[in-house]
Amino acid sequence: MEQIRIHGRGGQGVVTMASMLSKAIFKTGKYSQGFPSFGVERLGAPIEAFVRVDESKITDRSQVYDPDYVIVQDPTLLSLVDVEKGLKKDGVIIINTSEGSDDLDISTEARIVTVDATEIAMKHLGRPIMNTALMGAFAKVTGLTDKESLGKIIRETFGGDIGERNVKAMEEAYEVC
Amino acid sequence: MTKIMTGYEAVAEAVKACNPDVIPAYPITPQTDIVERISEMVADGELTSEYVRVDSEFNAASTAIGASAAGARTFTATCSQGLKLMSEPLFSAAGMRLPLVLAIANRSLSAPLSIWGDHTDTFAERDGGMIQFYAEDLQEAMDNIAIAYRVAEDKDISLPALSCLDGFILTHVQEEVDPFTQKEIEEFLPERDPVNTLDPSDPTTMGAYARPEHWTETRYVVHRAVKRSKEKIGKAVEEFADIFDREYGLEYNGLVETYRADDAEVLIVALGSVCGTTRYVVDEYRDMGEKVGMVRPRVYRPFPEKELARALEGAESIAVMEKDISLGYQGGLAIDIKSMLYSNGSKIPVLNYIVGLAGRDVSKENIRNVVEGAKEVKGKDPTDLDFDDEERWEPLRKELISEDDM
Repeated sequence: MEQIRIHGRGGQGVVTMASMLSKAIFKTGKYSQGFPSFGVERLGAPIEAFVRVDESKITDRSQVYDPDYVIVQDPTLLSLVDVEKGLKKDGVIIINTSEGSDDLDISTEARIVTVDATEIAMKHLGRPIMNTALMGAFAKVTGLTDKESLGKIIRETFGGDIGERNVKAMEEAYEVC
Repeated sequence: MTKIMTGYEAVAEAVKACNPDVIPAYPITPQTDIVERISEMVADGELTSEYVRVDSEFNAASTAIGASAAGARTFTATCSQGLKLMSEPLFSAAGMRLPLVLAIANRSLSAPLSIWGDHTDTFAERDGGMIQFYAEDLQEAMDNIAIAYRVAEDKDISLPALSCLDGFILTHVQEEVDPFTQKEIEEFLPERDPVNTLDPSDPTTMGAYARPEHWTETRYVVHRAVKRSKEKIGKAVEEFADIFDREYGLEYNGLVETYRADDAEVLIVALGSVCGTTRYVVDEYRDMGEKVGMVRPRVYRPFPEKELARALEGAESIAVMEKDISLGYQGGLAIDIKSMLYSNGSKIPVLNYIVGLAGRDVSKENIRNVVEGAKEVKGKDPTDLDFDDEERWEPLRKELISEDDM
């Protein structure tokens, strides 16, 4: 079983990202489980959501303590939240930032991948909604889902022109990672 | 075809398939999303139910009772304080023998206020003549709605039923489910054929005044109906398996499910979603060659005493791990299990672990500690265990409690 923890702020779409990722993983034929950190969500407050992936049915209902992958939507969280907590040594942390991995205030033995998902989102959507781009980066780095499955879920979720532009953002992040 | 969805969507889908006539709704976290999703279905014309926005949970239950008395199939959902407010009319629904189906997104009770889950809300309704189902995963939460209708509306039963799923842990998780097809549900769940209905051309009184010379017998009759529902649940679960190809404890009348329990020396008994995590811990012990298993009641009322007696037979120790505490004694499930074992002449020692109150995570480490505790008392005579030592909290953060309160 592989476990993913997503860090963001209330309003950035942390829960939506967990939901879309788990759907995209399910589309590839694997079992997936997505869930938010349950609580009172406030705009701007640090929020977490989780995804589990396995080849067989997942019945684990406990929290994720030792993720294989961590996704950080907002780089300003690095100084506030212990985003690398429990991350496996052979795991990967994917951070949305314009900076290089050496410039980040983070201490982990896991591999650090940076992607400027906000810039990609600005280019395709004209707004800093970086979720779909970040999902493209995730698919490339982890191989847990693919562009086709993500594309289907993004189109199902947003539809129309917004859907197409989000798919482009996802694909560009996939290519640059 | 399997789909991925959240728990509240799965419950709403199941309700839609069962097609209630009347749905009174009042919001409460974390149940709200269930009735919100249903309201969308009604607004979009996918569901033709009469959706009634009421002003309280008391009114939600009362409206459901009124509709049920008129012969309608009803649905509502609630939890926690909302279920407390429904408690008074729900006891009456059982007394009047009116079938209702409710989804309960199990949540703790104030004070202090907490929106997170445990089983204290439904356990406090134990004595009211409501059938109580507990789901381990989303598929079961969905399936229990159909089974609850089938049993609650059975002419020999005609009682309210609570279909419980852990608040947040199940209501807000997203995973795969296999929704009912129209053909399957039509085959499994007949239209409601009420025993008595309010009809102006043939007036009836329901829930009338009873004097001491009659009241005891009316209670006895309701009690017998709750007990009789065991057979009906068994039959419903059997037919459900035939039609939907999903099985729930057929060996135990659809009331109890077991996991690697047959030759187990140590048995964990638990309800609901925590059983999913427990399966992994059982596997860990089995991999090490240790005979650990799990017994999961799917139904808490009627209490499956015979089925549990059979499932627990042969164990050397039992740990009842529950998200409930009957303040002043022990957890409700442990109390019932020990009562059953006594009547059965059993000498198996039973520990009662209180876990996961108000959403506290129950980790695999917590469950390992429960297994280790049960291993220590293996083969002991229950009379060697002190009452206070039987009751354990996993974990209890003693540093938060003043010495005077310990």
